[in-house]
Amino acid sequence: MAFASFAEFIAMGGHATYVWAAWGVTSVLLAGCVLHARAERRQLMRSLARRERREQRLAARRGEATMESHQSGGES
Amino acid sequence: MWSFIHKLGSPKWFYGISARLMPWFWVAAAVLIAVGSVWGLAFAPADYQQGNSFRIIYVHVPAAFLAQSIFVSMAVAGVVFMVWKIKVADMAAAMMAPLGAAMTFIALFSGAVWGVPTWGTWWMWDARLTSMLILLFLYLGVIALRGAFTSRDSASRAASVLAMVGVINIPIIKYSVDWWYTLHQPASFTITSRPAMPTEMWLPLLIMVLGFYSFFIALTLMRTRSEILRRESSKRWVRELAVEER
Repeated sequence: MAFASFAEFIAMGGHATYVWAAWGVTSVLLAGCVLHARAERRQLMRSLARRERREQRLAARRGEATMESHQSGGES
Repeated sequence: MWSFIHKLGSPKWFYGISARLMPWFWVAAAVLIAVGSVWGLAFAPADYQQGNSFRIIYVHVPAAFLAQSIFVSMAVAGVVFMVWKIKVADMAAAMMAPLGAAMTFIALFSGAVWGVPTWGTWWMWDARLTSMLILLFLYLGVIALRGAFTSRDSASRAASVLAMVGVINIPIIKYSVDWWYTLHQPASFTITSRPAMPTEMWLPLLIMVLGFYSFFIALTLMRTRSEILRRESSKRWVRELAVEER
């Protein structure tokens, strides 16, 4: 351990502003990249699933429609 | 060999293999960055000249390495895309650019902050500093160029060409400290000789560098997987996947 106490560690021998500014900006940007990638993935999966459900609904409705038209076509 | 390249170029195959590789790189990145940070911030000895401000090195150097490596990766991906028409290479290149810009910014910012106590100035038009600033503009140029086209293929080609041409800046950055020796010191690390600092100083730095590289690989894999789903969203396997995952 290069420091005698926690307070000394925070003070960084008088260079606290510089050290913590550099490390702070780095941590924020790295964390931001991870959060962005996760949000991107989540949003994408949600929109893909939503589109898939809509297409399935449409397909089902179309299926019913053709069945009905076949039935009515058969009766006449 | 050729079948391997084409397999690698298949988005579906890449999506599968990357899922298995990605967790290892995330774990490596988390462990290495955690160990390197604690070691570098609290346990490495203070520099006899710079005192504790030298601890900025543990974010400055890894970020600067990545800033350059990511640009080279983008240029290589650009060549692979242009020559072999491998779409995954272009997707990866597109996903790398913002991280590269962020790393360049970190290198410039941490360098400026470090310059105040050590050089007495936060900026000077030194060759190394200037060529890094140009690198940041090149990244922003690549990102802007991708957004400037309505056709995806034109955007990909333009961004690839800019990456391939812009990569000339990388050797300029590397040798700037030897060609125009003004403010920034030459490299502390070379492959051929032992580093000019004690082990308990450079070992945490090496750990941080490896951690940053793992982070880059993990993040690029993750984002490229998203980009694959986005671009291939009408493909059958993606549509089946969308149903399964919900």
